[in-house]
Amino acid sequence: MTPWYQDPVQFIAEWLRGVLLGWGMPPSGVELVLTVLGAGTIALLAMLWVVFLIWYERKLIGRIQDRFGPNRVGPWGIFQPIADMLKIFTKEYITPEGVDRVPYNLAPILAVASVLLIWAVIPFTMTVMGVNLNVGIVYIIASGGLGVLGIILAGWSSNNKYALLGGFRAVAQLVSYEVPMVVSLLIPVILAGSLGVNDIVMAQRIPYLLSAPVAALIFFITSMAETGRSPFDLTEAESEIVAGFNIEYSGLKFGMFYVAEFLHAFTVSLLFATLFLGGWRGPLAEQVPLLGFVYLVVKTFVVYFVVILFRGSLPRFRIDQMMDLNWKLLTPLALVSLVVSALVAKPLEEMPLAQTLALLVSNGIVLILFIEGTGKKVQRKREIVGKPRPLAVPHPEEQQPAQSTGG
Amino acid sequence: MLSEWLYVGVFFLIAMFLPAAAIFIAGILAPKKPNPIKSSTYECGIETVGPAWIQFKAQYYIYTLVFLVFDVEVVLLFPWAVAYHQLPLFAVVEGVIFILILLGGLLYAWRKRALEWL
Amino acid sequence: MTGLQIAFLAIAAVTLASAVLVVSSRKIMHAALWLVLALGGIAALFATLEASFFAAVQVMVYIGAIAILIIFSVMLTRRVMEDTGPQNTRYWPAALVVSLGVFGGILFLFLQWPGFSVESRPGLEQGDLLVRFGQALVSPDEFVVPFEVASILLVAAMIGAMIIARDPSRK
Repeated sequence: MTPWYQDPVQFIAEWLRGVLLGWGMPPSGVELVLTVLGAGTIALLAMLWVVFLIWYERKLIGRIQDRFGPNRVGPWGIFQPIADMLKIFTKEYITPEGVDRVPYNLAPILAVASVLLIWAVIPFTMTVMGVNLNVGIVYIIASGGLGVLGIILAGWSSNNKYALLGGFRAVAQLVSYEVPMVVSLLIPVILAGSLGVNDIVMAQRIPYLLSAPVAALIFFITSMAETGRSPFDLTEAESEIVAGFNIEYSGLKFGMFYVAEFLHAFTVSLLFATLFLGGWRGPLAEQVPLLGFVYLVVKTFVVYFVVILFRGSLPRFRIDQMMDLNWKLLTPLALVSLVVSALVAKPLEEMPLAQTLALLVSNGIVLILFIEGTGKKVQRKREIVGKPRPLAVPHPEEQQPAQSTGG
Repeated sequence: MLSEWLYVGVFFLIAMFLPAAAIFIAGILAPKKPNPIKSSTYECGIETVGPAWIQFKAQYYIYTLVFLVFDVEVVLLFPWAVAYHQLPLFAVVEGVIFILILLGGLLYAWRKRALEWL
Repeated sequence: MTGLQIAFLAIAAVTLASAVLVVSSRKIMHAALWLVLALGGIAALFATLEASFFAAVQVMVYIGAIAILIIFSVMLTRRVMEDTGPQNTRYWPAALVVSLGVFGGILFLFLQWPGFSVESRPGLEQGDLLVRFGQALVSPDEFVVPFEVASILLVAAMIGAMIIARDPSRK
């Protein structure tokens, strides 16, 4: 029996196993029950966590915008998201006529499920995780693809040409930004030698933020574009194409898209902290697993803070600027940095410190060359199609009466 | 290995079931008063004009296609990346050649102005 | 009947049913959506065979990219939700007899093969399997030539599709 302080989850699992076997359940049934309980716990906790995230984000956005954020409902407004949840649970589902029922109802479920699935492979401490899938990275990319499918189902099944248009644009954005994301994910895999997420965390003696800064930067930017956060939220912002693909959704179905977006932003921060900042690693994390969890939470919240900061301070991109940024800057940058990292890391494999330093320097050179070289080309010059019109000047005779009546 | 995939399968079912249950509960709690005006399709407050299809731009197709090509490329590179520590230098160079050929394809697409949003 | 066999039968039934629905759906959009379910079933079958990499890649490439491409190309046809009527031809009993005959013939051949009832195990551990796969892809006496030719093929596909899909009004 593992002592409870060393691995509380394993302790509970072993105790439950003993209890169920004592009741006479067959061993395979016991494993199934434990699996369901473990999966259900993670999924339920993730969905309940969104309530806290909504409060955190609203307070932080409020402070960035020089106001308080919610502070009426409970001390510091902590019951505000609960009030919001109660409201949205009791809103009517207005289903427009002519929708295709099954895809229409499936789309919000798929959107949330695709984000929840990522939580199954993230290691919270050295031994606490859903599964240590040995193809964790490919699994994460695959569940991102499910989310894209949900959006196209939503846009198409709503029987609304604006939803369809918004859905197409959203899918074009998501699909384009997935290219540099998957290429940049190859670099931690090269450095760690495995596709499993816990293996990547365990291989990070030195956090990969230092060995692969360009990959971290690209992963961060493309993940924010994947979640549809500002500054990339053109396709579903409230003032653009009448809110995009989720026009015809109301009540909790719309709430589910909202939940999916917030949870996705936090999941992306969690992934960044795991893959590039070392996850649960830190001093004494192997001996005291709870400390590993604390490290992970601190790192994730640092990244989430930066994500919210981006949302609150940057203006929205236009769609052609977004696509130019992706195809003309991020994708070539990701490919070139992959090539450079692969070539630089190989000769220096035995000396990890020298390898990290060489990778850092070469990544820096690649980044500077790219920003100087293609960064200028990405900003498009628009031709002037008309002469600027002169400003209106008041007629000389009209100035007299204005001066006499002005006080 | 099989137990891991069983976990993933169970997790998928639970992840689909939880939002479905929430939506179902809200469906019970919420009022249901459909009327023809509420159920009509939204078109900025005016009456709908024409059936719900739009001119599909070929640019969407090109973006998805280029994504598919790079997705397959990355799938072929994943085993190369996993075996990186056990590979000699010339094998790494072979992978680099693979990436450079695809980078050439991307530059061709850029020059032919196929990647612009128009 | 072990749990694995029950799981296999259930997944196979779902996959076959959705594959039949792909070809017999009256609305082309529904056919595309059933295809997504069929591809997911194949991924689940890969998982039961412990081919984790291929299961995840199946979802990532087929459902995440190819299914979206198919849905987009379905959108290129104008009448996406039109009921196109029953999809079977007049000669479907003859087709059923021929396909059952082919299936019976293949099954007979497999039963003659002594390896049919032997369970195969991979020779390496899961992690080493992927490493071995990577080494095989770039090793000069194994698969490096198809590996490089694959990249040329991908670039050719990209260029070809761009030329075909290019807007003729654009210069």
